[in-house]
Amino acid sequence: MKAVLRLIPAAWLALLVAAPLVLVAIMALSWQAEGVPPYSPPWAGEGINPDNLRLLAEDPHYRDALAQSLVVAALTAGLCLLVATPMGIAIARAGRGRNALLGAVLLPFWTGFLIRIGAWIGLLRDEGWINSVLRALGWIDQPLPLLYSNGAMLLGMVHAYLPFAVLPVFAAATRLDPVLEQAAADLGATPGRAFLTITLPQLLPALAAAFLLVFIPAAGEYVIPELLGPADATLVGRVLFQEFFQNRDWPVASALAIALLALLLGPIILFQRLGRSA
Amino acid sequence: MTPRLSLTAVTRRFEGVTALDGVSLDVAAGEFLALLGGSGSGKSTLLRVIAGFETPDSGTVSLDGADLAGVPPHRRPVNMMFQSYALFPHMSVAANIGYGLRREGRPRAEIEARVAQAVATVRLEGMEKRRPDALSGGQRQRVALARALVKRPRLLLLDEPLGALDANLRERTGFELRAIQRESGAAFVMVTHDQAEALALADRVAVMDRGRLLQVAPPRELYERPATRFVATFLGAANILSGARTADGALHCHEAACTLRAPTPIPEGTAAAAIRPERIRIATTTGDNTAAGTVEEAAFRGESSLLLVRLAGGALIRVSHAEEGGAPPPRGTPVHLAWDADAVVPLAE
Repeated sequence: MKAVLRLIPAAWLALLVAAPLVLVAIMALSWQAEGVPPYSPPWAGEGINPDNLRLLAEDPHYRDALAQSLVVAALTAGLCLLVATPMGIAIARAGRGRNALLGAVLLPFWTGFLIRIGAWIGLLRDEGWINSVLRALGWIDQPLPLLYSNGAMLLGMVHAYLPFAVLPVFAAATRLDPVLEQAAADLGATPGRAFLTITLPQLLPALAAAFLLVFIPAAGEYVIPELLGPADATLVGRVLFQEFFQNRDWPVASALAIALLALLLGPIILFQRLGRSA
Repeated sequence: MTPRLSLTAVTRRFEGVTALDGVSLDVAAGEFLALLGGSGSGKSTLLRVIAGFETPDSGTVSLDGADLAGVPPHRRPVNMMFQSYALFPHMSVAANIGYGLRREGRPRAEIEARVAQAVATVRLEGMEKRRPDALSGGQRQRVALARALVKRPRLLLLDEPLGALDANLRERTGFELRAIQRESGAAFVMVTHDQAEALALADRVAVMDRGRLLQVAPPRELYERPATRFVATFLGAANILSGARTADGALHCHEAACTLRAPTPIPEGTAAAAIRPERIRIATTTGDNTAAGTVEEAAFRGESSLLLVRLAGGALIRVSHAEEGGAPPPRGTPVHLAWDADAVVPLAE
């Protein structure tokens, strides 16, 4: 019985994680071909194709896409931390209102993702609410180019990923002993000093975890940059989509996916270490 | 001379509950004062008012004559040792102890010297680099004490400083605390619920109940002459006999079938008196300040035996029988008890 129980997750991982990964890896080493599926595997006669991975390393188009994705993910994670740190601490200290506030953070999480993106588009587009109001107030003549900008993209990313950052900060903040800040005050620390020297250092592991929890999924984000970002935001998710569906170059797309995974392996391992030490 | 700490009619209410009710108290420089009371007596609230974590609704707190109203905790020359010790878990012992000096912006060399001195005072040499979670309870207690003392506060507040230690460590640490207090010259105000600790360590003990100060006196006076029934009960061990005041200033105690007479007439309105067990002896006299009864239990206590004597009126009283007085009477023996007039302590309600 125990063996069977252990077999279920093993089978799950083998079927839904390992097998697709192996497939993607094989594809990354295959040749583009006409047909369905549009590639010929290494054993079909042509052997292993090293060009896909080499292309990623050499062609600035792909290199930049990967680099830009990491930058956008880091910016998103950093902005999320800036917002989530005060939020998480405040919610942890809210007393009776705590559950309501936590619900308010999670509520958007449970509503449709595309609806929220649609709402941002409605707010930010040239004839959107913000531009209409500004124009009605007479503050602007021409609509501000809010939508399809880096700002709109980051706004959407932060909005979507914020709960991932708030929860670990909140959980760590509830475990803080409020007497410690009093002790710091008693020893002559101003409230700001006490926060910087006592509260913040104790939250550091949680802040790092929150950063990675946002950074890792944000690096591969496709929908938000596509719908809110500028046309020239060639993030890896978008490039991957183009290779797969427009160029029908499955091997290059697969190589990109493998490269992103390899880049994220470091942060993922770091995150798991943090989880174990916390 | 201006007292180090002066409290005048300090009152604090929480949602209808009066935690402190007009507390007035002076603490002299270099004095060790114990605030003694049960839970909910207001003793911890009083400590937090002095430290600045609570603002009194009325009344004043002043230090060396300077009013502390509106002075936030971090600017008060007062330090507190917290009941939970409140050590900073992410800092070493040395960093914990030096925290207050760094906040004062002292030069690094001075901080190091003073931390080393404080570490030596509490005998934690060799532990400087450890984190609090790698210390025993007794060691943590010392770090907390050193961290508060290193700032050389004019007044040190201690919230149940020995509360988390086991019985063995308690006695020794108590003596050390006393020695450190004498040496530092700071005034100490210690909160405790343990009357033995208060009596053993403090120069004066302030007994609190329901937000009020009932009696402030040196330990011996408090022990021998408790002012009220509550104080006598809280200090424990004393026999408390209820009775009715007679016209000539004695107290007739029905349940003990005896008349208690103090050296001076018992004040009007008094309905109880305390007699300590060690002031009662077995005798053959009769009259006032004597009672007859039967030994119900006898317990050997080393230097003395504790007898429980059922009096003719039904009351059960405790008698401490010194060993040099010979073997105590066995159970069931009828005895006569007597005590001196100055052993009778009239108690206010």
